[in-house]
Amino acid sequence: MNFILKIWRQKNAQTKGSFKTYLLKDVSPEMSFLEMLDYLNKQIIGNGGEPVTFEHDCREGICGSCGLYINGRPHGPMRNTTTCELHMREFNDGDSIVIEPWRARAFPVIKDLVVDRSSFERIMHAGGFISVNTGSAPESNSNPVSKTIADKAFDAATCIGCGACVAACKNSSAMLYAAAKIAQYAMIPQGKVEAKERVDKMVKQMDAEGFGFCSNTYSCEFDCPKGISVDFIALMNREFFSSKVCKQKQT
Amino acid sequence: MQKLDSKIPEGPLAEKWSRYKARLRLVSPANKKKIEIIVVGTGLAGSGAASALGELGYNVKVFCFQDSPRRAHSVAAQGGINAAKNYRNDNDSVYRLFHDMVKGGDYRARESNVYRAAEVSNDVIDHFTALGVPFARDYGGSLDTRSFGGVQVSRTFYAKGQTGQQCLYGTYSSLNRQIAKGTVKMFPRRDMLDVVIVDGKARGIITRNLLTGELERHSAHAVVLATGGYGTVFYLSTLGLGSNASAAWSAYRKGALFANPSFIQIHPTSIPVLNEYQCKLTLMSESLRNDGRVWVPKEQGDKRHPTEIPEEERDYYLERRYPAFGNLVPRDVASRAAKERCDAGYGVGDTGLSVYLDFKDAIEKQGKKAIRDKYGNLFEMYEKITGINPYNQPMRIYPAGHYTMGGLWVDYNLMTTIPGLYAIGESNFSDHGANRLGASSLMQCCGDGYFILPNTISAYLADDIRTGTIPTDNSAFEEAEKAVEDRIKRIMSVGGKETASSFHKRLGKIMWDHCGMRRDAEGLMKGVEMLKELEEEFWENICVPGSTDDLNHELEKALKVADFFEVGRLMCEDALQREESCGAHFREEHQTETGEAKRNDTDFAYVAAWEFQGAKTEPKLHKEPLRFKYVELKERSYK
Repeated sequence: MNFILKIWRQKNAQTKGSFKTYLLKDVSPEMSFLEMLDYLNKQIIGNGGEPVTFEHDCREGICGSCGLYINGRPHGPMRNTTTCELHMREFNDGDSIVIEPWRARAFPVIKDLVVDRSSFERIMHAGGFISVNTGSAPESNSNPVSKTIADKAFDAATCIGCGACVAACKNSSAMLYAAAKIAQYAMIPQGKVEAKERVDKMVKQMDAEGFGFCSNTYSCEFDCPKGISVDFIALMNREFFSSKVCKQKQT
Repeated sequence: MQKLDSKIPEGPLAEKWSRYKARLRLVSPANKKKIEIIVVGTGLAGSGAASALGELGYNVKVFCFQDSPRRAHSVAAQGGINAAKNYRNDNDSVYRLFHDMVKGGDYRARESNVYRAAEVSNDVIDHFTALGVPFARDYGGSLDTRSFGGVQVSRTFYAKGQTGQQCLYGTYSSLNRQIAKGTVKMFPRRDMLDVVIVDGKARGIITRNLLTGELERHSAHAVVLATGGYGTVFYLSTLGLGSNASAAWSAYRKGALFANPSFIQIHPTSIPVLNEYQCKLTLMSESLRNDGRVWVPKEQGDKRHPTEIPEEERDYYLERRYPAFGNLVPRDVASRAAKERCDAGYGVGDTGLSVYLDFKDAIEKQGKKAIRDKYGNLFEMYEKITGINPYNQPMRIYPAGHYTMGGLWVDYNLMTTIPGLYAIGESNFSDHGANRLGASSLMQCCGDGYFILPNTISAYLADDIRTGTIPTDNSAFEEAEKAVEDRIKRIMSVGGKETASSFHKRLGKIMWDHCGMRRDAEGLMKGVEMLKELEEEFWENICVPGSTDDLNHELEKALKVADFFEVGRLMCEDALQREESCGAHFREEHQTETGEAKRNDTDFAYVAAWEFQGAKTEPKLHKEPLRFKYVELKERSYK
């Protein structure tokens, strides 16, 4: 297969970037999207150029490192698929493929297709945990959790922190990301104790990082490689409002 | 000259740890504030250790090469985590877990350490549950378990096929809590390139900031390596592409002994190679063997579609050869059996290098939904990669490099032979002997990080309460930094034609062919020679584009590959000296009449610990004898 690749190249955060076009020949349909880029890089290096920098690690859709904006969609055309799981057989011979980094104010470009997602980290630092010290846990089965709730908490917990939800959103909102963690903990008994404080802090941090608001287009759910439901955003909003109400009562 | 002292405490096996722990020296809360600890790596072991140490009040600095601790490759562990809870009433116990691990490891692990790992396993599950890790539950709301290879009880806790991910996010959450509190300082996007020894003690590390290229000096009173295994020595493996040996290797070069390097697990169920540009093999969890049946056609070179091959023309070779354990034999046995069938010409697929893993019977018996509930994400993953729907036709699988039982030699305190330098999780050689049982790695990593190291390290640090901050402006730091700088300059200045990945691929092929699932003396010696030649070629022809002062993946890769030549050589040397077959280490010269591994307990019941003697000198072998008081040494049979 042959492809015309239009790839965003940018030296660093200070310099302006631009698209560069590459013609790539003899691509195997069995190649993954990232293997196709490896193949391109080998040729670029062979010609004395600097390879395209992109982030990746596990290459099996679980670490959340890779994230490319492919033909206007995070992680490309397939649903429930990360960039590394996408294969070239999903494209047509001769296709033009536009490859960009995530675009969001809270994710500044580091180089080429690599962005800085440390804003996601800071949201987790603000409250993405249950406060329990090592050694102080009760026996696991002393607190039964209904299977329905446990399964739902699991569904929320599958978020890999890739940032596709932000890239998909026209407002660059991180609501789905934050909601997944908030909902996971708010649903289970262990997490309920500090649920109100948690949602308050995490939402505050999310705003401080410059992520936008949610306007319910659901593009985040559509492009989430793990298929995380926007229902969790509703749950987060409910938690958030109730945290405010409770606070007013206290004061 | 090093002397090996494993520091195994006296006393009955079941009481060793509690007695020893009760007598360990402590550091008072006020003094903990004066102590700094470096933790390298943020997988289950590293994140767990860092958060537990932070909770205790130490000042912790944590390093990882990824942009976030959550990306460590522990995230990819699929099947589960073992614990001796006996929730199934199937007569499980700490002793049985211990016994299974020692036997599964083919009697090449330390009894005392394995027992301790089994002992703390229940605490790990309790802690994760409290942290909100969404383990699978049954309808009554209590935790569910499933069975795994090499054992006859159901002791594996799981979160669908994403147990590693969920456990890692558990440790990540406890790490985040400590970062927020300020007890832990996080340094992402750093490669550790050397360990710094001051007056015989590990007192810091040299890192490269991957964004700016700056070399940094970080000091502490103790250094903990939680840097994972070196399975990427095969190039094609189930590991993340960034996984590497360099941090542990720098410790080896500074005098830490490296134990059993040839003990490397080849996982039996990975998706086979599909194209020549592939640089990664994706694991299909061992848990699939609970319901999937492994087979090949009875006739050589049978090219029919698998669904067209009738039942009586299929050879369920694991069930045939090992009726007691069937499809759930341990990994080393399953891998070799697959290779045996493929080498004999019964393999399937275009290359003939794969076997079928079939769910037809399980789907008929339990229904599609039950199978989807258990393995849904794995089936999806398989379909995405291969384009084949495993609900309708069998998966194709083949063994792939996976986990390293070998690693830095540690004593009972998890300290290496360098005082103040610890190794935990996969980076040490510890608990799995010559073969690891499924779902024991998560268990060991978390036990090491959360429950063992935080206790043992205090005894060492008790002497450091008056030391004060370790300065970084001394000659030890200067020399270490200079050496790293020179190495980077050297690699950049070669200006050759071949990329790091290309060298890595060639190196991996040598290792796979000569030091893989089956080994013999001739092949191993040839492997050593080929590695030497390739290394020379590397230093003449490596091409690293770009500069050293910004994000440069090619430079990172080249530095890692440069270390792998030495890793590979030591693996071959180790495999050569071990004139027996045990666990994952199979020497053609040493097998039973039926082709099973033939151990030699009289001459080889020891840990082989290697001491670096300089780049051009052969390493020195030290032997730590293994004594078995509680487990009877037997031929490992799964028949």
